[in-house]
Amino acid sequence: MELYMSLAIGVLFTVGVYLVLSKSLLRIILGTSLLTHGVHLLLLTMSRLKTGAAPLLGQKADAYVDPLPQALILTSIVISFGVTSFFFVLAYKAYQNLGTDNMEQLKGDDDE
Amino acid sequence: MNNLLVIPLLIPLCTAALLVFVKNNIPAQRWLSAISMIGTTAVAAAIVYQVRAEGIQTLHMGGWLPPYGIVFTADLFAALLVLAASAVAFFCLLYSFGSVGEQRERYYYYPFFQFLLVGVNGSFLTGDLFNLFVCFEVMLISSYALIVLGGTKRQLRETLKYILVNILSSTLFVASVAYLYGVTGTLNMADLSQRVAEAGQGGILNVIAVLFMIVFSLKAGLFLFFWLPGSYSVPPAAVAALFGALLTKVGLYALIRTFMLIFYHNPDSTHTWIAWMAAATMILGALGAIAYTDVQKILNYNVIITVGFIAFGLAVANEASMDGVVFYLLHDMAAKALLFFLGGMVVRLTGTNSLTEMGGLIKRYPLLGWMLFVTSLAIAGIPPLSGFAGKLLILLGGIEEESFWLTGTALASSFIVLYSLIRMFMGAFWGEEKPLRSNSTSGSAKASLPATLMLPAAGLFIIVLAIGLGSEWVYRLAAEAGHTLMNPAIYIDAVLKE
Repeated sequence: MELYMSLAIGVLFTVGVYLVLSKSLLRIILGTSLLTHGVHLLLLTMSRLKTGAAPLLGQKADAYVDPLPQALILTSIVISFGVTSFFFVLAYKAYQNLGTDNMEQLKGDDDE
Repeated sequence: MNNLLVIPLLIPLCTAALLVFVKNNIPAQRWLSAISMIGTTAVAAAIVYQVRAEGIQTLHMGGWLPPYGIVFTADLFAALLVLAASAVAFFCLLYSFGSVGEQRERYYYYPFFQFLLVGVNGSFLTGDLFNLFVCFEVMLISSYALIVLGGTKRQLRETLKYILVNILSSTLFVASVAYLYGVTGTLNMADLSQRVAEAGQGGILNVIAVLFMIVFSLKAGLFLFFWLPGSYSVPPAAVAALFGALLTKVGLYALIRTFMLIFYHNPDSTHTWIAWMAAATMILGALGAIAYTDVQKILNYNVIITVGFIAFGLAVANEASMDGVVFYLLHDMAAKALLFFLGGMVVRLTGTNSLTEMGGLIKRYPLLGWMLFVTSLAIAGIPPLSGFAGKLLILLGGIEEESFWLTGTALASSFIVLYSLIRMFMGAFWGEEKPLRSNSTSGSAKASLPATLMLPAAGLFIIVLAIGLGSEWVYRLAAEAGHTLMNPAIYIDAVLKE
C-alpha cells in the first residue's frame, strides 16, 4: 500500500513542479496546492499505513492508527490554506495593478 | 520547569491581538507596542540571567513530559538570540514611528510587527521540530504582509516571488519532517538527537540532513539567495531593517541547531556541503555588493555575505568557531539593523537610491555621515569595534581545521564588505553637493533629519559600540553558549532527564 501511495505522491510532486515552472500565475498557484497535497499525503504515508481503528478511544479496538501525523497534517492543512488564500488575493491585486498574469513580464527594470 | 520561557511569545501575541481593536487610535498603538517590546526585552534579559545562573531552562507545555509534549528550551545561545532580537526589534519599532507613514499604521502595521516577533522568538525557543515549522510560518506570513503593505506595483511584484519561494521551502520542510518522523518516530529535538545517534547517521539520515540543509538554506539565504535582493529592497527601511537583522538569522539559527544538535555525526558529508555553499555565498554576495550603485542593493548583498560568513563558522564546527558564530550573530543583528536605518535615512534625504545621483551630504549631515562610517568599519571588523572579535574567532577556527582556502575566502569577503560600504559612504557623503531631487521627502534645502529617526539609530549605535568595547564581557557569554553548542549531551540531558 505504501508503494502505491509513494507513486501517487511522486506524480503529485511531478505535476506540481511542472505547474510551478510555468508562466501563468494561476497555474503556479495550482501547482503549489498540488505540492501541498502531495506533502500531506507523504506525512500520512510515512507513519505506515497499517490497518487499525480510527484514533478514538470509544472504538475500544486492539490497535489504532498513529494519531500524531493526523494532527500534523491538520495543522499543515490550515496553514497552507491561509497562505494559499493570501496568495490568491495577492495574485488578484497584482493582476488589477500590474495588468498581467505572466511571470515573464513581472521583471523589475521599469524603476530601478 | 520555568514559565518565563513562554513570556517572550505571549507578550507580543497578546499585544498584537489587542492592537487589532484599537486600529484607528495610532498613539495608543504606538505606546502599546513600545511597552510590549520593552517588556519582551526585559523578560529576555531575565531568561539570559537565569540560564547563566542555573543552566538550560525547559518548559513542558501542559505538563506533558518530553518527548510526548511540546517542550520549550532555552540554552544560552537561544536566550541570547531572543534578547538580541527583542532589543533590535524595539529600535526598529521606534524607527518606524517616524518613517512608515500613517497609511500603513492604520492598516495593522503594528500587529503584523508583533506577530513577526512572536514567530522569531518562538523559533529560537522551541525544542520541537514541527513547532519550529509552525513558528516559521507565523513569522513568514507576517513578513508577507509587511512586505506588501502599501501595495505599490514593485511591492506586489516582489511579494509574489517571495511568497512562492517560501511556500516551496515550507512544503519541503514538511516533507523533510515527514521523512524524519518515518525513520525515527519522534519530533522532539533532544529525543531526535539521541535516536539519530543510536541508529548511526548514514544512508537515509544523511539524505534527510541534506534536505533540511536545503530547506533552511532557502530561508537563510545561504547560496539559495536568489529571492533575497529583490524582496528586501521593496519594503520601507524600518521593515527592511527588521528583515535584514532577524529573518535570515532565524534560518541560520535553524541550520546551526539542526547540524550541531541532530545531524552532527557525519560532518565529512554534511558540513563539507555547508562549507562549499558558504564559500559560494560569500563570493556571489561580494560580486553583488560591488556590482551595484543602488544603496538598497548594496545593503542586501551585505546581508548575504554575512550569512555566508556565519555558515562558514558553522561548517568548521570547533570550539573557537562556534564562539565566533554566537558573537558574530549578536553583533550582526544590531549592526545590520543600524546599517539599514542609516541607509534608509540617506535615501530619504536625497530622494534617490542611486549613489551616482547623490553626494556632498557630509556638509549638512556630519553626524549621520560619521555614524555610517563607524558602522561600516564595525561591520567590516576593524579592531576596536564590534565585528572584530567574532570574525577573529571564526577565522581562528578555520585555521585550526586547516581549511585555508575557505578561511582566505572569508577574509577576502571582509575586504569586499569594507570596500562596498566605504564606496557607499564616499558616494553619498563626499564630493560635490548634488541638488536634492524634488521628490525627496524633505524637499527644501534646509531639510533636517527628524529626531524620531536619529534617536533609534543613535541608540543602536551605542549598543554596537558597547558590544565592540565590551568584547571581553560579550565573549564570556558567547563562549558559554558555544560550549553548549559543541556538546549536545548537555542539551539532551537538560531536556530529557528531569
